[in-house]
Amino acid sequence: MVSLTVEGLSVRLGRHAAVRDVSVTLAPGQLVGIIGPNGAGKSTLIRAMLGLARPQAGRVLIDGQDVARIDRRSIARAIAYLPQGQTLHWPLSVERLVALGRLPHLGPLSRLSDEDEAAVEAAMARADVLHLKGRIATELSGGERARVLLARALAVGARGLIADEPLAALDPGHQIDVMDLLRDEARGGALVVTVLHDLSMAARWCDRLLLMDGGALVADGAPMDVLTEQALAHVYGITACIDPGNGWPLILPTGRVNTRRI
Amino acid sequence: MTPRRPPLLIPILLLLLVAAALGSVMLGAVAISPARIWAVLTGGGDDVARAIIIDLRLPRMLLGLLVGAMLGLSGAALQGYLRNPLAEPSVLGASNAAALGAVCALYFGLSALHPLILPLLAITTALIAIAGLFLLAGPSESPLTLILAGIAVATLAGAGISLSLNLSPNPFAAMEIMSWLMGSLENRSYVHVSVALPCIAIGATLLLADGRTLDALTLGEEGAQALGANLNAARLRMMLGVAIGVGGAVAVSGAIGFVGLIVPHIVRPLTDRSPSAVLWPSLLGGAVLLTLADIGVRLIPSVNELKLGVVTAMLGVPVFLIHLMRERRLW
Repeated sequence: MVSLTVEGLSVRLGRHAAVRDVSVTLAPGQLVGIIGPNGAGKSTLIRAMLGLARPQAGRVLIDGQDVARIDRRSIARAIAYLPQGQTLHWPLSVERLVALGRLPHLGPLSRLSDEDEAAVEAAMARADVLHLKGRIATELSGGERARVLLARALAVGARGLIADEPLAALDPGHQIDVMDLLRDEARGGALVVTVLHDLSMAARWCDRLLLMDGGALVADGAPMDVLTEQALAHVYGITACIDPGNGWPLILPTGRVNTRRI
Repeated sequence: MTPRRPPLLIPILLLLLVAAALGSVMLGAVAISPARIWAVLTGGGDDVARAIIIDLRLPRMLLGLLVGAMLGLSGAALQGYLRNPLAEPSVLGASNAAALGAVCALYFGLSALHPLILPLLAITTALIAIAGLFLLAGPSESPLTLILAGIAVATLAGAGISLSLNLSPNPFAAMEIMSWLMGSLENRSYVHVSVALPCIAIGATLLLADGRTLDALTLGEEGAQALGANLNAARLRMMLGVAIGVGGAVAVSGAIGFVGLIVPHIVRPLTDRSPSAVLWPSLLGGAVLLTLADIGVRLIPSVNELKLGVVTAMLGVPVFLIHLMRERRLW
């Protein structure tokens, strides 16, 4: 079990205050979605959760320990991270790329054990990329590559998973697969946090939503409590058709609110 | 991590290494049969063969293997670290900078003060060049910025070599400039081996230690950190490893270009292509390539022996061309 506590966190990127005084406690077992308009500070918040962005104020605790005091390998073993739109810098084979997820577990000279190999294989199966195994990762389509990178994150076998926009570039079928997968991970006792833009997907799969705007956390709770007409108008500047749909909510943006920024 | 390289690659390279080493002792102005070599090595043999083998060819062979191994390995490590297939010590200017340090030590009489001054000065100038290069190129991952910065460093250091040789009271300046800029293993002795060996051993150890981090860096710097890599420590090891190893190598051989570029490109398709899997094969392949090139310069009939860099440049240019054609989608 891994738990994450954010206490009065503020992060500056250059002069820009990307995250302002955010406090939140995330427990395992729930699928937590972070939503908000572009530039709301979602990615910076999760990078700070992993100790990749230095807080200007406040702190992040993983299992009660300050992230700034935990060494990188321990963080890597505790929480897997799938960055947003990750670019690949070297033409690796898919299998080798997924196997990178085992790095936090390996000693300096040890080789992949059978257990590592099994974890890699299982991760590829879960992200539906087994058939791409022998391909060169840089030659895949955007959606295929996104799933391979998700498999890489799963291969870590961590108790926590933080995924930044895992649905970008995926076709509808695979979007559903990935959301199912994230929810299964959470149900299995993992801490799962994901940044999403599709409000319907967020409402349907997530157990809890954090709504961010201008670096601040403006709403936190069950999806249908967060996704109100007022909140959508205020934060996104949109009007939307919200249909609770008997457990399968549908949120369809219908237009701009005139008073809001473009 | 497990390199699933074809299990045959390392044994084949070792076999080639032995063959190249043997060839390097056998071949030259006078060919010596393996039987005579065996006789000399076991303590017998005639005086002529003994002089040629023990005093001339063995140190030359050892230096060829050592310098080649270091250049091949640092090319592979730099390419992985910078995620840039064109990175290598001479393209990035580190070799020329080290040669400048060696030239200053030799021709301003500093190396006569203490035998360690020559390699130390070469290592220091190489370190300054690499640190300057990383600063100039910044955190950008564009191959272009890095190569441009490398050209700037290499050109400046090359000009420095010419300048210091012309300023020194040296009647053979032109010839010496050639040797330092193109590299040569002519007339080397065990003194040179004893200078190069420790530097190259330290440099190679530092570079071989970072395979994991190089693999993690294929996901970018943040991706590598999220996998637990300590990038500051890795950067320091990379800079020191290249500076010490290449500095020590260049201090005895001059700046030999392209070995670190060619070798990783040849061995990479025979591995799983991950940066870590290329390190050992590049070390062995570099030793083989430079030893073969050195046999080549001895066998090509010419008044003055050809410089090693001439041969490696001829082999290196096609690698650039292939890259160019791939960029232009002609390949």
